[in-house]
Amino acid sequence: MSFWHVVGAIVWKDIRAELRTKDIFSSMFVFALLSVIVFNFAFELRVPAMKMVVPGIVWVAISFAGTLGLNRALVIEQDKGSLAGLLLAPVDRSAIYFGKLLGNLLFMFAVEIVILPLVMVFYNLSLLSADHLLVLLLGTYGFAAVGTVFAAIAVNTRAREVMLPILLFPVLLPVLIAGVKMTGALLDGEALSTLGNWLQIMAVYDIGFTVVAYLTFGYVMEE
Amino acid sequence: MSHTDATRRAAMARPADGPAMIELRKLTKAFGSKTALRGIDLRVAPGESLVIFGPNGAGKTTLIRILANLSRPTSGKVLIGGLDLAAHADGIRRYLGVVSHAPLLYDSLTAEENLRFFARLYDLADPQARIAEMLALVGLTGRRHDLVRTFSRGMVQRLAIARALLHDPQVLLLDEPDTGLDPQAAEMLHGLLVQLSRAAASSPDAMRTIVTVTHSIERGLAIADRSVILAGGQIVFEGSTAGMTAADFRPLYDRYVGGGR
Amino acid sequence: MSRTNGLLMSATIVCAGLMLAAAFGALVLAPNAVGLTPDETFAQRIIYFHVPSAWLSMLAFGITTIASIAYLVTARRFWDSVAVSSAEIGIVFTLAATASGSLWAKPAWNTWWTWDPRLTTYTIMFLLYVAYFMLRSALEDPARRARFAAVYGIFAFLSVPITFMSIRWWRTIHPILIDSKDFGLSRGMLPVFFLSLIAFTALYVILLIYRVRLERTREQVDALRERFGY
Repeated sequence: MSFWHVVGAIVWKDIRAELRTKDIFSSMFVFALLSVIVFNFAFELRVPAMKMVVPGIVWVAISFAGTLGLNRALVIEQDKGSLAGLLLAPVDRSAIYFGKLLGNLLFMFAVEIVILPLVMVFYNLSLLSADHLLVLLLGTYGFAAVGTVFAAIAVNTRAREVMLPILLFPVLLPVLIAGVKMTGALLDGEALSTLGNWLQIMAVYDIGFTVVAYLTFGYVMEE
Repeated sequence: MSHTDATRRAAMARPADGPAMIELRKLTKAFGSKTALRGIDLRVAPGESLVIFGPNGAGKTTLIRILANLSRPTSGKVLIGGLDLAAHADGIRRYLGVVSHAPLLYDSLTAEENLRFFARLYDLADPQARIAEMLALVGLTGRRHDLVRTFSRGMVQRLAIARALLHDPQVLLLDEPDTGLDPQAAEMLHGLLVQLSRAAASSPDAMRTIVTVTHSIERGLAIADRSVILAGGQIVFEGSTAGMTAADFRPLYDRYVGGGR
Repeated sequence: MSRTNGLLMSATIVCAGLMLAAAFGALVLAPNAVGLTPDETFAQRIIYFHVPSAWLSMLAFGITTIASIAYLVTARRFWDSVAVSSAEIGIVFTLAATASGSLWAKPAWNTWWTWDPRLTTYTIMFLLYVAYFMLRSALEDPARRARFAAVYGIFAFLSVPITFMSIRWWRTIHPILIDSKDFGLSRGMLPVFFLSLIAFTALYVILLIYRVRLERTREQVDALRERFGY
């Protein structure tokens, strides 16, 4: 009971601060938008129809922006020593993990809610279906579940801005592949039911790494 | 250390007979090949205000961080209230309050929101009343709806004290609380700390044990029942300094820390 | 101490003998593969080097993961030394397996590189452990370095099979290029193949022991240095 009480308190705190500064959201959003536009020019002349590369663009934009957001969220905690304040409190380390994870997840969803309509307008297609959103949800969750742990690691290293993507992307690859594959298949008109394998891989990834993160986060937090 | 030092320490260290609130046994901490603390033995009685002096790099902050359970000792034991800190960390955290030179507060939350957040982490019974009480104690009631970002350094540090006292901890750890404050703010903060240490000494039910790390001899002595000098990761002096003035203490400090630097 | 040194020395000599025997077997004793072009027939002999190297890299990273878990549980530095030593050996043999694979790929598939599931997974694995070492070098305090690296090592190793599965499904249109049946080792080849597998595994064990000892010596030197202030 008090576990979720703590998780709630951390999420409340993160949202409260973010609503005021819009620090994380704005940097993530601008970066996601820039990626979409840059990719547009990077592919335009070589690809018969832009629609073919949209899944890749969407997932890469989410990953890049997400990396930025994760870094930001942890740097904010670290810089004023407030992370130490959290650690001083008599709360379960995994509650801190789930609190930060939920916060990161919410910020990423917020960015996706804004960036997806723009992608739909730019490329004249629809990503608004329950299937698309489910895929996005599972993929974003996997990203945040692993990313929250790695961001907590990276923020304590010497080259913290560079370290997060280097740590994160190779581990993240299954989510990216499955995400691109499913978004693409759905855009091609396939039904989600034919993509069971991919859903499974994402589910295994999400659940498996949530468990690993739950078990290891305490070691990342202590000094 | 030499023989005379050991006898002197034995003669001056007194109040270690009853049950200790904080007890350190052969505490060492190494960062790789660098040793920050080498075999610290120390007892702090309940309700006592202990001040740790020492030059930069003596291991003061490391010691406080270990007491606060933010850092794990390489070897040795920390007992708080008779319990092993390593084994009962979660239970003991509730009884610790920490003020460090970093404020441990959130810039983009208001004073009250900060306290409300920590009140929820500590699961306080009546947070609203307690928050109001703490804000009044540190004189920030008027600014409670302002963002911490707009606060002066002194106000931030006072709020940090309010945060540390919020859950009425039995042990208060202060790590150079006056770092970076202008003289006026430092004076104000000091007044608050004197008040806290007096309260600890006078009312047995409050019984707050305070450990302060500082390099300011004047301010440190004013709140100390007993003092320790830490140099090179070791305790080089330990004894009662109640009623001692800075003029009395300074030569002592210089001798132990060694002008030969 | 000197007795363990003597033991290790004899083990090293035995291992060297095994490696030489394996090389002799691979280059001389093993029969030619049938039904291949001359180039391919010659290149086919890398199998005695390539497969053991690949096996060894997986073994090494697996040991790193186990040692990482052991470190988190016990907080004993020894396990961190094992983890980092094994990962280092793993990276070397990942490169060896990739290079030897390329030598086979050129005559057989007419390309040095293809985005086949195994090759791709292997590259990702290589990157994972490059990241592992970058993380280590970006952390100063040894206790924290060991802890963070252990956590990352666990994540990294567990992601390898998931990555492999996803890439395999992703590339379904491609023929599966490397298949165990493809090689269909003949009776004459098998003993040589197993000999080199054993020789390489022995090599791994010997390298790991030396590497862990090196790590321990390094720690002792650091401690001495600290004691005498350089």
